[in-house]
Amino acid sequence: MGKPVNRPSLDDPSIRSYLPEVLRGIKTTSKHFFRNLFTGKGYATKQYPEERFPYAPRYRGAHRLMKREDGRVRCVACYMCVTACPADCIRIVAAESDDPTIEKYPAVFEIDHLKCIFCGFCEEACPCDAIRLDTGEHRAPGYTREELITRKEQLLAKGGQSLAPQGGIYR
Amino acid sequence: MSEALQIILIACLKVVVICFVFALVLGALLSWVERKMSAVIQDRIGPNRAAILGIRAYGLFHPIADGIKALVKEDFVPEKANKVLFALAPVIAFTAPLVVFAVIPFGPGAPFVIAELDSGMLFVLAIAGLGIYGATLGGWSSGNSFALLGSLRASAQMISYEVSMGLNLVGVFMVFGTLSLSALVLKQGEVLFGFLPKWGIFVQPVGFILFLTAAMAENKRAPFDLPEGESEIVGYNLEYSSMRFALFFLSEFIEVVVISAVTATVFLGGWQIPFVYPQGNGPAVVTTLQVLAFLAKVVFVMWLLMTVRWTLPRFRYDQVMGLGWKVLLPLSLANIVVTAIVLAFI
Repeated sequence: MGKPVNRPSLDDPSIRSYLPEVLRGIKTTSKHFFRNLFTGKGYATKQYPEERFPYAPRYRGAHRLMKREDGRVRCVACYMCVTACPADCIRIVAAESDDPTIEKYPAVFEIDHLKCIFCGFCEEACPCDAIRLDTGEHRAPGYTREELITRKEQLLAKGGQSLAPQGGIYR
Repeated sequence: MSEALQIILIACLKVVVICFVFALVLGALLSWVERKMSAVIQDRIGPNRAAILGIRAYGLFHPIADGIKALVKEDFVPEKANKVLFALAPVIAFTAPLVVFAVIPFGPGAPFVIAELDSGMLFVLAIAGLGIYGATLGGWSSGNSFALLGSLRASAQMISYEVSMGLNLVGVFMVFGTLSLSALVLKQGEVLFGFLPKWGIFVQPVGFILFLTAAMAENKRAPFDLPEGESEIVGYNLEYSSMRFALFFLSEFIEVVVISAVTATVFLGGWQIPFVYPQGNGPAVVTTLQVLAFLAKVVFVMWLLMTVRWTLPRFRYDQVMGLGWKVLLPLSLANIVVTAIVLAFI
């Protein structure tokens, strides 16, 4: 059983003459007009640069790279994020670390924002909680292609310390 | 000689004042009102970013910004256009509605009307008919098929609705027995049945509705915006840019003012305030109030036209023609016949 819809006959002279329906339409539009004009309550507009809609906590914004306790990058250049990335926007060049407890670190870590689709797969793939998209920022637009490639230093500048144990939990 | 000069000077002064008030102020203001009012009706805020020295004034500077933009844009003339007609069309479209203000009485007595024509209403209809040439020539001379379609639609629509618009006014003239707009307003100061002001809307209620509908169609605005038809053919002004386009744009708004002024004069009693000095020989305060009353009526009709424009979706083209020829025309004729019979037996 569907919901019965009231379909008035189109032969009804009050409908064929348009006028009552036009008056009803005018009533609706003037209701909005005068309500908004005098009370100012019905507006749905946000004055964008000044007023903003709050982003959800899980909003995927600009990337950042997390740091270890001593301030070095958490990333171990395992290429998991590069493999997971559907847009192929991450470029890592791995290098050997001086620290004997760390095998590799990323000498270059770049994200091409012209390619990135902010899917968050890199974040999910990362075993070290090194890359995150939780800054809640829009990536700012740029004038050149080079400007839109974010380097490791920029990513690290936004990074904080992760509470997760380095290297994940072994089972 | 000096007397003739005086008359000419006074007439010129009136022309300047009225053109300034109605064309520049009301016309430009209406483009702001249109954007702002549509926004408020649709629960938006509308334009409010144009600012002079940080003062935004609810977007009132947008018409100025639009005007400056129109003046500095490239004035493009298509290669296949007829250059003379292409340049002439916006001028016709812009001036024709302005000329109508010559016969509209803004207040009681001779000082408030530029030209007291005995056949004032015929003049209005003739000049309104001239306005078609703006749209028709504009579309035809641009050398663009879609613009030509727009101008064909414009001429077909305006010819169709001109007929019922004129016929609806006939009913009013039969009741009041005059074609002069000033005399028409004076006669509307009489009282009907002892309590009702004898305004056109009360003696010709059907005529009022039909006239307003036909006038809206004359005006080429939604729900009758087929000549423009933005979503299908872009319209007769397709090839126009810069200030020429702005002239077409402004002429549309001035036509709104013209139609409101004519409606207020013929159907809403012009400058008459009910029961107050109907002969217009009151003291200066009353005269001022009467001019303001006329302006208030014009603004009310403009509000009504704007609200209708932002309420109704547009008609299909065959519906426009059907409404014009099959509904409005027979009803206007019937209205005249009924009026004649009633007048014959009173």
